[in-house]
Amino acid sequence: MILVAVALAIAAFLAVFLAAPVASVFHAAFASGSGGFTLAHFESFLQISLMRESFWNSLSVAALSAVFASLIAVPLAYFTVRFRFRGALLIQTLGVLPLIMPPFVGAVAMQLLFGRSGSVNLLLNDAFGVAIPFMDGLNGVVFVESLHYFPFILLNLVVSLRNIDGAMEESAQNLGASGWRLFRRIIFPLALPGYVAGASLVFVKVFDDLGTPLVLGTTNMLAPQAYLRITSIGIEDPIGYVISVVMVVFSVAALWASARVLKGRDFATLQRGGASLQRRELSPWQQAAASAWVGLVLLLVLSPHLGILLMSLSRVWSFSVLPEGFTLAHYATVFAQSTGMIVNTLVYCGAAALIDVALGAAIAYLILRTRLPGRQLLDLAASSALAVPGVVLAIGYLRAFRGLELPFLQTAFTASALALVMAYAVRRLPYALRSCMAVLAQLHVSLEEAAENLGASKARTVRRIVVPLMAGGILAGFVTSFITAAVELSATIVLSSSASRAPMSYGIYLYMQSIAGRGPGAALGMIAVVIVGLGTYASHWLLERRSAAVARPIA
Amino acid sequence: MQAVRVEARNLQLSYGATPVLRDITLTVEPGEFFAILGPSGSGKSTLLRLIAGFARHQAGELLVGGKDVTGVVPWKRNVGMVFQNYALWPHMTVARNVAFGLEERRLPREEVRRRTEAALQLVGLDGYGGRRPSQLSGGQQQRVAIARTLAIEPQVLLLDEPLSNLDARLRLQMREELLALHRRLGVTTIFVTHDQEEAMTICDRIAVMDHGVIQQVGTPIELFDEPANRFVAGFVGSVNLFEGELRASDVFVSPLLGECRLPAGLATRPLGPACLAFRPHAVRVDAAAAPGGDGLGFDGTIAAASFQGETMRYEVRVGGASVIAEQPHRRGGTGWRDGTPVRLQVAADELRLIAA
Repeated sequence: MILVAVALAIAAFLAVFLAAPVASVFHAAFASGSGGFTLAHFESFLQISLMRESFWNSLSVAALSAVFASLIAVPLAYFTVRFRFRGALLIQTLGVLPLIMPPFVGAVAMQLLFGRSGSVNLLLNDAFGVAIPFMDGLNGVVFVESLHYFPFILLNLVVSLRNIDGAMEESAQNLGASGWRLFRRIIFPLALPGYVAGASLVFVKVFDDLGTPLVLGTTNMLAPQAYLRITSIGIEDPIGYVISVVMVVFSVAALWASARVLKGRDFATLQRGGASLQRRELSPWQQAAASAWVGLVLLLVLSPHLGILLMSLSRVWSFSVLPEGFTLAHYATVFAQSTGMIVNTLVYCGAAALIDVALGAAIAYLILRTRLPGRQLLDLAASSALAVPGVVLAIGYLRAFRGLELPFLQTAFTASALALVMAYAVRRLPYALRSCMAVLAQLHVSLEEAAENLGASKARTVRRIVVPLMAGGILAGFVTSFITAAVELSATIVLSSSASRAPMSYGIYLYMQSIAGRGPGAALGMIAVVIVGLGTYASHWLLERRSAAVARPIA
Repeated sequence: MQAVRVEARNLQLSYGATPVLRDITLTVEPGEFFAILGPSGSGKSTLLRLIAGFARHQAGELLVGGKDVTGVVPWKRNVGMVFQNYALWPHMTVARNVAFGLEERRLPREEVRRRTEAALQLVGLDGYGGRRPSQLSGGQQQRVAIARTLAIEPQVLLLDEPLSNLDARLRLQMREELLALHRRLGVTTIFVTHDQEEAMTICDRIAVMDHGVIQQVGTPIELFDEPANRFVAGFVGSVNLFEGELRASDVFVSPLLGECRLPAGLATRPLGPACLAFRPHAVRVDAAAAPGGDGLGFDGTIAAASFQGETMRYEVRVGGASVIAEQPHRRGGTGWRDGTPVRLQVAADELRLIAA
């Protein structure tokens, strides 16, 4: 009975804060003035040349970013798994960088470093008289996004490669395969799940990113158009909803396609007692070459972070390779003006993360430990939030909850912090859910059966055995939800109405709008990096401690 | 295809400071079905991987078909290996798996198809080419792995514990099939196992390994009847083994058994520490005070009896020692009860004195 009540409560939450807003977006896109079904809005969407252009731009930027991210990530992943060399550990830690700083924060710094009159092009111009248009228009978006998101491919691929049974490779060598053919025919196909998971994630993330194009001033893409339509023309403009529908459809299609590619294939993972791929030693010469290359990649990947740090400390930085003077004044400005935003971020994201772990743990338990009919639907519904771009969800809130006043507060729901918290919670629920599922799946059910056998009821068993053993995963899920919500911009821009109620990410975005605000914007960005960095470190530390403390039960 | 000889000369291999193979010298004759038998950690799998090129020896020579293959990469050796877990690639069909090695050799498409079919037919899996490895039973997967290896017509066939992942009945069946396959193809085959029964039933000759050293090489009967040392005696079949000292050519003194009179002609070793060994099935159990024979006789008491089906196995207390004796069981026999005093007899030609 309790289980059913919990399941229904979760379903209701998802229905109100995920399904209803998305449904209202779809309704608005297909509803005629009289309320009937119409495709007229799609027709007018297709007739506006800016929309067609935006559509192709979004599609090609997302695809190209996935391609460039792959070009960086695949060799890095292969080399770290395959060879023993000193940079390997360093490469692994790259994985946390995209979590630490949202791409739009780094985008401004990238313009200063790689733009037409940025440091690199100034140097190139002095030396060779040439300039490379890294940051011009769509190039800039692709450049920033692929540098930012390649670790998603790297990390997933490394895990997949590590799981390949070494005998798979040796048997191919035994039959005459080596080098590139061995990689192409055996290794890469076996690691495909990791690659596809990473690449589709990059595609979806780039496709629905609003902050980076906006900050770079590239508005001829879908996400910026949806935002501009709704905020400038108004919430009744159907084109904004049509764009939203297109974005959802493509996100779903990308995720579906990635699942489709992997369907019907078998991927053997490492069996118990098996050895993974053998690592080879590098000669000193190769070692040096590998290190140099890794160093170059690192420099490129860290450039937004370094750039932001420099910006936050620089007095003036324009048309010069490096800033002309250093100051701490920007930090003082930020602390004087924006402490409220920092507090807002902590409160909103903390609340959202709490909701996420509560829901995540409950859903995980329902799925893995009960036979409740329809429990898989909860997982599906919660995970489907991954395919809903932040802009779309936020627009859906504006539409579905318009006119809804919060009781006692006399404010509109969509103007309140509650809307942000709910949007964060829904968007980050999949992360917390995965974290909880992973830890619960590892707990052998016999641990709970033993408790029941000794007289503990289901509820007592959950409280005394399941929750304590899941604590590490729950905490890690909390931190992941928290830090990713802290750097979320898409939903934030749409739902933030006043600076006093806005979180840091919105503050950074506001500052970055003006040249004068760049310094303080960068300083606020650095503070966000520190908060998120600490959170990331905490979650790693918690996970390490958990895996050390909870030894695997004897099977 | 001409069968080739595999020769190891003074092979040495260590991982860091840990020696894994010590001075391995071994010849596998062309067309032989040869087993490398040893407990886990004995170095037997390493030796096999060395032949396949997956490990490198630090000293010595390895010759396949008369050519030194040291430094030849695995994919140029043409030495087929069947892996313990089969290592079938799950992203390919059975036919693609089997065709793989032929494709790597850039053979014409038609020949690849023909030889793939022939290999599958050889292992009795024609018609299974379109399936995925995961759709096959363990025994079928094993056959695919064998077909995949045989398709390239390797000079040497290496089998790494090929039967260990199968259930008992299938294991017996596959054993027969491996033997039949070997008789048909005549390819030099090296078979690594920890199961002495498996090695003895199908192999022409066996090398027993322990701690990276070859303890003895011989036919199954030689190993069983004339074990070179305690390890071989205990690992190949079961044995009653007593440490002691050879005092004179016919006097063996053991702390557990006391002084034993040995039959004439048994002791060909120098005087000093030695072990007296005999197989449990060579011990005859008689009623106490039965007349003695030409071998060795002990008085003892039945300590435990266990019925094994074909045989009855007794643990007999003799002085401070415990002797295992196995007697054939005949229908209706009830055997000796615990605590019964008995006379044990071991025929002279069943006794062995081996190095301590």
